[in-house]
Amino acid sequence: MSIDLPVVFSILMGMAILAYVVLDGYDLGVGMLMPAATSEEQSVMVASIGPFWDANETWLVLGVGLLLVAFPSAHGVILGALYLPVVAMLIGLMLRGVAFELRLKAEGWHAELWNVLFWFGSFLASLAQGFMLGRYITGFESGLGYFLFCLLVGGSVCGGYVLLGATWLVARSEGELQRKALSWARWGLLWVALGIGLVSLATPLASETVRAKWFDFPGTLVLMVLPLTTTIAWFWIWRSTGRLQRAQRRSEWAPFTGAVAIFALAFLGLAYSVFPFIVIDKITIWQAAAHPSSLKFVLIGTLIVLPFIVGYTVVSYRIFRGKARAGLYG
Amino acid sequence: MVDAETLVLARAQFGLNIAFHILFPSLTIALAWFLVYFRAMYARTQEAAWLYTYKFWTKVFALTFTMGVVTGIVMSFQFGTNWPGFMTTVGNVAGPLLAYEVLTAFFMEATFLGVMLFGMGRVPAWMHMTATVLVATGTTLSAFWILALNSWMHTPAGYDVVEGVIIARDWLAVIFNPSFPYRFTHMMIASGLTASFVVAGLSAWRLLKAPQDSSARRTLRFGMLVAAVLAPSQIFVGDSHGLNTLERQPAKIAAMEALWTTQTRAPLVLFAVPNELTRKNDFAIELPGFASFILKHDFDAPVKGIDAFEPDRPPVVPLFWCFRIMVGLGVAMLTLAWFGLWMTRAQRPVPRWLLWVFAGFTFSGWIATLSGWMVTEIGRQPWLVYGVLRTADAAGPISGAELGASLTGYALTYGIMFIAYMVVLTHLSAKGDAHAATIAQSRT
Repeated sequence: MSIDLPVVFSILMGMAILAYVVLDGYDLGVGMLMPAATSEEQSVMVASIGPFWDANETWLVLGVGLLLVAFPSAHGVILGALYLPVVAMLIGLMLRGVAFELRLKAEGWHAELWNVLFWFGSFLASLAQGFMLGRYITGFESGLGYFLFCLLVGGSVCGGYVLLGATWLVARSEGELQRKALSWARWGLLWVALGIGLVSLATPLASETVRAKWFDFPGTLVLMVLPLTTTIAWFWIWRSTGRLQRAQRRSEWAPFTGAVAIFALAFLGLAYSVFPFIVIDKITIWQAAAHPSSLKFVLIGTLIVLPFIVGYTVVSYRIFRGKARAGLYG
Repeated sequence: MVDAETLVLARAQFGLNIAFHILFPSLTIALAWFLVYFRAMYARTQEAAWLYTYKFWTKVFALTFTMGVVTGIVMSFQFGTNWPGFMTTVGNVAGPLLAYEVLTAFFMEATFLGVMLFGMGRVPAWMHMTATVLVATGTTLSAFWILALNSWMHTPAGYDVVEGVIIARDWLAVIFNPSFPYRFTHMMIASGLTASFVVAGLSAWRLLKAPQDSSARRTLRFGMLVAAVLAPSQIFVGDSHGLNTLERQPAKIAAMEALWTTQTRAPLVLFAVPNELTRKNDFAIELPGFASFILKHDFDAPVKGIDAFEPDRPPVVPLFWCFRIMVGLGVAMLTLAWFGLWMTRAQRPVPRWLLWVFAGFTFSGWIATLSGWMVTEIGRQPWLVYGVLRTADAAGPISGAELGASLTGYALTYGIMFIAYMVVLTHLSAKGDAHAATIAQSRT
């Protein structure tokens, strides 16, 4: 058999991470938007993510699990270098997960406290994820300049998740909340532009290999499809939110689709920059790969189980389609 | 090899995380099956009381499950961060087992939990029932994979060593390694006991607040009944597990029994204060020959003591005490369950003092389960993978300062989570069905 297992697993891991970023991205975004809404609106917002957030976070476990299974030595290097932001992210995810459950069951000021912690946990986790992205693409260099850069990327990822969350709410809510979500989406869009700009500038500056890959004429011309489509998607969201704001006819899912497209394109660009490295300029996927016997064993299981996972995820989204309503525990 | 302080911090942090994490799955594994039963009873009888019961315990389940999920995500990162040597040496075995847990269990439980919690009014009854069953199946599958990995760390099998790295040769031998069937059964029953005492305890708590609550009376008796059946089976399974450990990890048994020297007619130490310095038991009360009898089923058989395993042997003090706490609680739970059943025979009302006792025993299963895990995990030391990899060789490059800072962060977060969990649980059970009833009314 001549399948290049490390490449297959890179693709699988990339898909898991992208699925995580998009899926948990929208519910983290909804969490971050909580303080901007009234308490009735908050109930609708939480109801819109209630049946999904748990499964969404599972994609993170799959992503890190695949990293661990397929590239054990890179797992140690990457998570070792990102140790503290990982801890911050985990604490954020724990707080928001528990707060999600508890805000429904607590009363009075307790409920308010969990509301705040739900927002804070969502924000902390998103910021830490962006910070980790910043560290990863700069090759884990340290120094004040890098630190500030990572914070900016962290902020942009928060903005990106806010965009996903707001466009999700545009589709899943109505009335005043939907109007609010439309303007939140436009704010998120500005942050996304900043974030993508930053990362696109930083990666070629930080790494010779990445620079060589992107500025290699005439290949560059083909590669320009990526930033071009991203720009189109950006304007598509801007236009569709604008039309929805003016109550013109437009699909309510259009902005969310556009946001997902931006994330997918940005992810593709990043993957192209990094490949075939798993730690930029240091470790390639082949150097880091686990023993083929383990990879085959996991691959067989993945190929059998993944269609089921996708299948019942689709079923779940179909069951809970339509506008979200408050008071979801029935 | 890392310095001693870093190793202690890495172990303390991992120990805190895994001990906190295991509380929640050890409750949800069995509680998920209880929910299947409650749901099926409602489907069969269409009684509102069964629906309330199902809804109330679904809430407890959802909260506990969430605690388990979020603390479990921490675990998935810490395997690599705290024990990089573990992943480089045995990652080819551990990684796939963890991956199968995610693929076959985590997605299924998380997705169908959504349907189970929010879908009752949206999907047909059969589909809701199926979702409940799939959540329970998921939790059990999850236990299956993680216990396969843990058991393999105690009794590694089916592998080859190639250039210092472990490669799986036979996956079936890896999964169904010699201690797996015992450990899996032992843990499943432990979960059943934990859940039945939580159900009985919180129902008792509810009855103290609202003695007329018929649903709580029913779940109190349900908890007693399940515990009364499971507790004796656990004694049998625990004994078999112990014999398996004697065969595979004799040093652990010697430490549990505080047998310092190899001897015939080995005594069963009923009470003692084991002394690591003098390597003797102070204030010992012993039954001569009974350890030989329990372990070898022969009063005169020789039993290996700690001295036979130096220096690769676990510490005696924690094993000796944790083992006694586990067994002591097990016996107390058995007695209490049987006594409770006898007191409530033929619809007799439960006296208030007995309700208090059951309320006090609500989390007895947690203490017993944690003690049991302490025995088996500390008992494996100084090995991380028995006979293959030492714990000290698996620790990583994370600095003591980073570990210390994150340990503080985790401890604080867990403190908040634990207090909140307890407050909400007692609060929920004090409110009881009245709350479920108003929700049911407001929906129709």
